[in-house]
Amino acid sequence: MGIGDSFVTAGDLDAERLTTINPDPESVQLLTPEGERVEHPDYEISLSDAEYCGLYRDLVMVRRIDVEATALQRQGELGIWASLLGQEAAQVGSGRAMAPDDMAFPTYREHGVAWCRDVDPLVLLGLFRGTNLGGWDPRAHNFGLYTIVIGSQTLHATGYAMGIQRDGGENAVIAYFGDGASSQGDVNEAFVYAAVYNAPVIFFCQNNQWAISEPLDRQTRIPLYRRASGFGFPGVRVDGNDVLAVYAVTKAALDDARSGQGPRLIEAYTYRMGAHTTSDDPTRYRLAAELEAWRLKDPLERMRSFLYKQQLAEKSFFDDLDAEADDLARNLRRACREMPDPRPLEMFAHAYSDTPPLLAEQRDRFGTYLGSFAEEVAR
Amino acid sequence: MTILTLAKGLNEGLRRAMEDDPKVVIMGEDVGKLGGVFRVTDGLQKDFGEDRVIDTPLAESGIVGTAIGLAMRGFRPVCEIQFDGFVFPAFDQIVTQLAKMHNRSAGNVPMPVTIRIPFGGGIGAVEHHSESPEALFCHTAGLKVVACSNSVDAYFMVQQAIAADDPVIFFEPKRRYWEKADVDTARTPDALHTARVIRPGADVTVLAYGPMVKTAMDAATAAEADGHDLEVIDLRTLSPLDMTTVLDSVRHTGRCVVVHEAPGNVGLGAEVAARVTEDAFYSLEAPVLRVTGFDTPYPASRLEEDYLPDLDRVLDAVDRSLAF
Ligand SMILES: Cc1ncc(C[n+]2csc(CCOP(=O)(O)OP(=O)(O)O)c2C)c(N)n1
Ligand SMILES: [Mg+2]
Repeated sequence: MGIGDSFVTAGDLDAERLTTINPDPESVQLLTPEGERVEHPDYEISLSDAEYCGLYRDLVMVRRIDVEATALQRQGELGIWASLLGQEAAQVGSGRAMAPDDMAFPTYREHGVAWCRDVDPLVLLGLFRGTNLGGWDPRAHNFGLYTIVIGSQTLHATGYAMGIQRDGGENAVIAYFGDGASSQGDVNEAFVYAAVYNAPVIFFCQNNQWAISEPLDRQTRIPLYRRASGFGFPGVRVDGNDVLAVYAVTKAALDDARSGQGPRLIEAYTYRMGAHTTSDDPTRYRLAAELEAWRLKDPLERMRSFLYKQQLAEKSFFDDLDAEADDLARNLRRACREMPDPRPLEMFAHAYSDTPPLLAEQRDRFGTYLGSFAEEVAR
Repeated sequence: MTILTLAKGLNEGLRRAMEDDPKVVIMGEDVGKLGGVFRVTDGLQKDFGEDRVIDTPLAESGIVGTAIGLAMRGFRPVCEIQFDGFVFPAFDQIVTQLAKMHNRSAGNVPMPVTIRIPFGGGIGAVEHHSESPEALFCHTAGLKVVACSNSVDAYFMVQQAIAADDPVIFFEPKRRYWEKADVDTARTPDALHTARVIRPGADVTVLAYGPMVKTAMDAATAAEADGHDLEVIDLRTLSPLDMTTVLDSVRHTGRCVVVHEAPGNVGLGAEVAARVTEDAFYSLEAPVLRVTGFDTPYPASRLEEDYLPDLDRVLDAVDRSLAF
């Protein structure tokens, strides 16, 4: 099965709806689900053996972090987790296509991009554990804070790109968002701004077919990548489960943006293999058959087959990688369990750049109040 | 009598409203097949169809903006905002259009739109899922704002809000969704915009709404052990306020503590305190005290127990009030 095959939604959609949103056969693919390299007239890729292996390593590590986080949530260590299962290639491919000083603006599901930007997975876990609100320095990683309010970050990305235009920077920006987010006013405003100013921003939509329980046809009647033309910039659909294609398409788009050609929309056609989050129960709204169809397009399997078939890696590479992933998971698990809760008065620390007197008074009073309990215990 | 959770009370109330009036439509994200993330609309799309229970695109300004159009066409939309923190894309439509349409049209265009918002913290959620934005709406003339605290009110108040010709922002205490109570669906409910004394007492009036009502009641039980007799009022209506009930109470207790999760700064407590001071000054034995969330952004969830008013903080305020 190729990416061009239709999918079936859980609902009783009429045939007409299904054909309008059918995956476009022009979707860029460089690696078939079976791991065969195929050529595309507009996009090519030629990496060293080590680079191919590196991409596969990223995919494996990112999936391992995700699986571990889901397990930690089940064990009560995290309040919630938003799994990226199935979307590893879309995230690693685009994340690795970025130059170090390119800037990424993520949603809340971009754990794979965070990995590529060297954000400590433990800090991500802290957000879902409830010990922090993000807290990393976006400048240190060129990776913005996770954004939960759907679509907001696309405007931030656009503004950041406008900044690059004005301060002579030579980098570009990626705004991540979902199929559901494509309906938000903010996202559409971002398209307008980026187009009007020819800003160096790539809108990277992971179309994982679902916005919680709502299938794609609640958001659009045309393939999402075609939206771009109405705003006046190019859009392209890429097989989002093909890490090589995503890498090639994103790299080309970033190069275009850096050389002053303005924004691009990339629709990475993929699938949310897991629940929306650990709080969600997808059996209420979608069919198992749909999941099965997408399982055959697994992003890790096809890269693994490719490496085997092209003899780019020995068996020992895969064994070592498994061991490395095990280590990562074990360390992450331990560190997560040991992650301390923040201290109560920390919530007052960063509300403003300076703490206004009334707030300081509130904080101090609360400190005294908390202290009174300690005294009671001591007495 | 049936025992219902608060969420089920809302669900039954919505069902009843839809049966009673074919113009009632429900709209929101994931309200259809999923039944909403809190299952408040569970089963309604199956029974009333996709035209009356509408899964909307992911766009809150769209939800409220189109609800306004539907209302102009004679419908009674009930919008679900998935979480408190996600109402803001719709804030423009609510404040500039929904709240003012009746006034702008010289009374010709009623706006019978209900906007349901699960609000408040205490469920260990990530950012933007634990907000208490009620004061922003109370500050907007043209909107009515209510908050239910239990299954009985959930069942009746949602129907009353839908039947009202003014826009109603309807706050639901999300951390209490699973609490149960006996609901007698045959009884006559109190009017929507009335507060209710839910525990008579002589010493201090404690005002609360939504999720804090239970906290206030628990505090009253605990205070009893210390010999303090608290009168607890469930405000229920936040705009307009029912000051008659509040002032009656304060006039006989002489003391008043207002409790809410929202930050204290320019919150509901400030409004109540000002009005009590203006209208019952000579009855007061102590200043009106507030027990509220702090004036910081809602913290990471591992700190929310510190942020949110709890039984101890209510009792602390009661003690301070009594010490005057
Ligand atoms: C403004 C806003 N409205 C609603 C939500 C609740 N919500 C969280 S994720 C989500 C669906 C997002 O779908 P999509 O954009 O496709 O991203 P995905 O979750 O599939 O990665 C919704 C409705 C939100 N976070 N922000
Ligand atoms: Mg999606």
